[in-house]
Amino acid sequence: MDEFVRHEGIAAPLLRDNIDTDAIIPSREMRRVSKHGLGEGLFAGWRYLSQEGREPNPDFVLNRPAYRGASILLGGANFGCGSSREHAVWALKEYGIRAIVAPGFGTIFAGNCVRNGLLPLVLPGEVIAAIAAWVRAAPGENRVLIDLQAQRLEAAGQAFYFDIDAGARRMLLQGLDAIALTLTRGEVIDRFHRRRQELRPWLY
Amino acid sequence: MALTLFDKLWNEHLVESQQDGSDLIYIDRIFLHERTGSIALSSLQAEGREVFCPEQVFCCMDHIVDTFPDRSDDTTMPSGKDFIVATRNHAHSAGIALFDLLDPRQGIVHVVSPEQGIVQPGMSLVCPDSHTCTQGAMGALAWGIGSSEAEHALATKTLRVQRPQTMRVSFEGELAQGVSAKDMILHLIASHGAHGGSGYAVEFAGAAVTRLDMEARMTLCNMAVEFSAFTGVIAPDAKTLDFLRGRPYAPVGERWEQAAAYWRTLRSDPDAQFDRELVVDCSALQPQVTWGTSPQHTVAITAAVPAPDAPGATDRAGRERALAYMGLEVGLPLRGLAIDAAFIGSCTNSRISDLRVAAAVLRGRRIAPGLRAICVPGSMQVKAQAEAEGLDRIFTAAGFEWRASGCSMCFYAGGEHFGYRQRVISTTNRNFESRQGPETRTHLASPVTVAASAIRGCITDPREFLES
Ligand code: SF4
Repeated sequence: MDEFVRHEGIAAPLLRDNIDTDAIIPSREMRRVSKHGLGEGLFAGWRYLSQEGREPNPDFVLNRPAYRGASILLGGANFGCGSSREHAVWALKEYGIRAIVAPGFGTIFAGNCVRNGLLPLVLPGEVIAAIAAWVRAAPGENRVLIDLQAQRLEAAGQAFYFDIDAGARRMLLQGLDAIALTLTRGEVIDRFHRRRQELRPWLY
Repeated sequence: MALTLFDKLWNEHLVESQQDGSDLIYIDRIFLHERTGSIALSSLQAEGREVFCPEQVFCCMDHIVDTFPDRSDDTTMPSGKDFIVATRNHAHSAGIALFDLLDPRQGIVHVVSPEQGIVQPGMSLVCPDSHTCTQGAMGALAWGIGSSEAEHALATKTLRVQRPQTMRVSFEGELAQGVSAKDMILHLIASHGAHGGSGYAVEFAGAAVTRLDMEARMTLCNMAVEFSAFTGVIAPDAKTLDFLRGRPYAPVGERWEQAAAYWRTLRSDPDAQFDRELVVDCSALQPQVTWGTSPQHTVAITAAVPAPDAPGATDRAGRERALAYMGLEVGLPLRGLAIDAAFIGSCTNSRISDLRVAAAVLRGRRIAPGLRAICVPGSMQVKAQAEAEGLDRIFTAAGFEWRASGCSMCFYAGGEHFGYRQRVISTTNRNFESRQGPETRTHLASPVTVAASAIRGCITDPREFLES
């Protein structure tokens, strides 16, 4: 898995509350049994002028020339709520997004981000609004810097410190493969499994 | 120490706490479906990993399959067949029980699992589907995960999870006629916001919950995720055990007695402390309906479309957007708003009790001319039961389409849909933009409200159809 240590990039403000995973990747865009080929469908309902075509909607933030190459999203409350589809994260990653800064995330979505090396970063809504205002003045120059080691985001000439749970932080910093990590606990799991068979035999 | 039900369930499955603060949680059962399960299984195989306990993994065909009577692997959704075939092949090679397209037990995963007695009290169960919380109604620790986590659970029989905080929502008072579990949960989300439950595992309790039957409890827990909760759970009681007894996967004989003795311990201790407590008085609760594009955009059916800056509204910009998307004006009464279509189905409200209450309103009546109305039973067993009771004839005589089971038009995957800007009243759980079709305008409501609205051709208070 990709690791996330430090990243600097153009941040695109999309400050709507409750942006759900259906909006991030509409189900109709999940055409193949694959984690790939999803970047084009990212935000398809907002990004293109029609459902069928691919003509860009010039009003959508990611289509504005100033935000070309954006790698950070500034979002609203409850970002990534709704469907558990991990395709939302795969689409964001394929598009080139490395971090999302929002006042809060859908739980399943945040977990999916961490599993794929995408940083879900929580800051208060007022802070995000202030960063967005600063970015909008000159998106290309006013870049946002995120240092996960230091749990610090730098923007608008200030440093903002953020919390993240230790497990997610470690997973991201080291780009760990969670399955491989857990398999190292195989013996403990086997023991639990056998004990449970004795304790709750009706389950087996 | 006094423990909450959730604490007991968590501790029961705690393999070990990790140094990084997460817990390694043992998973008793895994459910998959063809939309996300296909990817989890194919990716697991590509990594050369095996399923730890295939006999404890189950798979449904529900999301992409058509619901026309003569359906096959060929779907209205382009490329849908690829998902179906891939899932079938992977399920067979991994040795997983599959409720396939033509299986009489086929249906929506969260309907099939309780119906077959697969989910049981005290069990941990995960599925790469956000509405897995539905099954918490059985007193199980059941929650939705992503595909990577599904791979993790399949390969290791565990998940690394951050322990959520605990919340109890006590629904007190007696529900009035025409008011149901769907109205309870919509009202809760409207009162505390679509992220009100974020970070919490929610126990639903109180006299009004105790009085609900098992299917209504499933409706309640189904929408815990729309409240952004980790999951919802309800303490098992005599109703739970009665519901489970005799189902195909339920234990029998001595095993049943053993299990039941344990299940009876699964309740919050009287002095258990929750991180947060909410109380909802149901005695004045009215039928609810959504007007916007988030489940928190809910009002009583007698109300009007609220202003974006109405008291308690936190998402002014979102509400303005929602008004435009829904084609509504502030102050317009919801009652009387003309609809193009009505939908009864989904893992929220497609069980036999849902179909019965809708049929009671539809009996001897016709839907409004020009309206499109569809009923999709949640499983083929629900469908068979409804047909045995003659409900299908009531639906079809009223002008409803009567379908085979599946997720159907609960969500739009590129296949069948309600159409551009069509206004639909729906028993589903999500009124997101384009959820039921390109720019489709969804109003969420209970089955009885949907049935009443279908008859009038406009959003209708179901109490107008109830005998006094
Ligand atoms: S019925 Fe709808 S909400 Fe339920 S599992 Fe299917 S698509 Fe999801």
